[in-house]
Amino acid sequence: MFKYICKRLLYIVLTLFVILTATFFLMNKLPGTPFDDERFSMLPPEDQALVLEQYGLNEPVYIQYLKYVQNILKGKFGESYVYAGQDVSDVLTHRIGPSVLVGAQAVLLGLTVGLILGILAAWKHNTGIDYFTMIVAVLGVSVPNFVLAALLQYFIGLKWGILPVAFWESWSSSILPSIALSVSVIAMIARFIRTEMLDVLQQDYIITAKAKGLSKLKVLMNHAVRNSIIPVITILGPIIVNIFTGSLAVENIYSIPGIGSLFVDSIKMNDYSTIMAICICYSAFYILVILVTDVLYSLIDPRIRLISNRAE
Amino acid sequence: MMKKDNISKDLFIKAKVKEDEKDKIVRPKLTALQDGWIRLKKNKAAICCLFILIIIILLSCFAPVFSKYKYYETDYLITFNSPSPDHWFGTDQFGRDLWARIWYGARISLIIGFAAAFLDLFVGVTYGSVSALIGGKTDTVMQRIIEVLIGIPHLIIVILLMMVLPAGIITIVVALAITGWVNMARLVRAQILKLKNQEFVLAARVLGTSNKEIIKKHLIPNTVGVIVINAMFTIPSAIFTEAFLSFIGIGLQEPAASLGVLINNGYQVLHNYPYLLIFPAVVIILIMVCFSILGDGLRDAFDPRMRK
Repeated sequence: MFKYICKRLLYIVLTLFVILTATFFLMNKLPGTPFDDERFSMLPPEDQALVLEQYGLNEPVYIQYLKYVQNILKGKFGESYVYAGQDVSDVLTHRIGPSVLVGAQAVLLGLTVGLILGILAAWKHNTGIDYFTMIVAVLGVSVPNFVLAALLQYFIGLKWGILPVAFWESWSSSILPSIALSVSVIAMIARFIRTEMLDVLQQDYIITAKAKGLSKLKVLMNHAVRNSIIPVITILGPIIVNIFTGSLAVENIYSIPGIGSLFVDSIKMNDYSTIMAICICYSAFYILVILVTDVLYSLIDPRIRLISNRAE
Repeated sequence: MMKKDNISKDLFIKAKVKEDEKDKIVRPKLTALQDGWIRLKKNKAAICCLFILIIIILLSCFAPVFSKYKYYETDYLITFNSPSPDHWFGTDQFGRDLWARIWYGARISLIIGFAAAFLDLFVGVTYGSVSALIGGKTDTVMQRIIEVLIGIPHLIIVILLMMVLPAGIITIVVALAITGWVNMARLVRAQILKLKNQEFVLAARVLGTSNKEIIKKHLIPNTVGVIVINAMFTIPSAIFTEAFLSFIGIGLQEPAASLGVLINNGYQVLHNYPYLLIFPAVVIILIMVCFSILGDGLRDAFDPRMRK
């Protein structure tokens, strides 16, 4: 186990390094400077040089790269090109709150509804609720979340005026974006749980439990559900990806001051340092989640052996 | 009961062996694709989706050609017309016919989906099969590379590439393929490794079949299913990614049209003219749903063991 984690950590470092390098060199290839072209070219040449020097853009690329890696190892992402004088880390910490709130609510909602739907669908296999769940599962992964977010905003926000249309004012403003993000999570989890449960319900120990004379509910809760919930951990990675991708569009639609909208804005404004910081933080987070899920999964379910898995 | 030595030899009659029929295969030979097709035909939902997809593909090929209006043709006298017999889906803020634009956009989206899936397939299958067939050190090195790449979130790289390369269909396809092939390579490698160790391959080898024949007769037909299924799921995800990128403003740009561009455009005026969002949204949802159900159907048809 220890050896396995060490090996994984090595790969994580390598992967992060590749991401770091790719991000840096791709950003360097970007057309234009991060500064407003018109105003920047109006500056006298000596001032231009000063500005470039302040951001370290006057040095050769490999020196910039080395400095950049050095700074990141210290946990510094440099100064934002757009929000002058602000450190990117500060900008990020200001923005992370709303994103985490909306994301966490979406995951929570997705998990709860997905679990309930999935369990019911498997328990009442081939009945109305089962078909309903399958329809939700197919639609949930097929309807792009930005389309859903836009439609929710239009109907619930504008037409019926039940919930705030946009902006970050009170908790109620986080409801619609959370729902929009959660639908694909609901679909993924419901489908996954249904499949797992149908599998588990055919196992011998379920028959044994029934033969013992346990009530249907007890068989379901104590044996079937407990064994089918564990593998859900394995789709945590895809869920995180899903929420992050969704948040880029959804935060813009609902004008939420979060990481997703910051990212899209930085892309539009060529804010190199912010783009790089978000790319690296998100990648690191994603990789960690994958590692934690793999390790957790093997700890919770003794039938899974990481090492033998690798040998295959 | 007869004793052992009571059995005389003349109780046995030698059976007549028809030498020429010894090797006869009773069932007609089926290729992997035919076999899958027969099973797929029994899945009504999947076949229904296949038909809808064919209709959408035909419409996206021919609707822009036969429409009176061109997708880029502006007419400022008829901006924001609601759907009418003249303009079936209405017109947008520049008076462009939405019917023509939607099917042209669907064409672009589908081209991106198919092209990305094809590139994915090409790179992934080559990498995966080379890795699995050569084995040894080559395989180890190739797998290490994959293990590093698999941890990178695709979207980050796609977005960065989209920013660097000039906007256009080819850029999107390349960006999607650069990140997408890893999965295919892993699946193909795993499948071939599994097959390599199976008894029927061993039997073929014992009988003296050459490596080339084994690859042609056993490995490829048994891997086709995995490849087709994975490609089937790549297409909708490529279509989704393109729409997503265009929606956040780094995909295709106006006046080019893809479903993502149309949805973005419709979203800008959603407040007053919801039909401009709803029509393209319905088309993209229809495409995604059909691909997803067809993909599931294909998985069941090609790999009955994976059926769930």
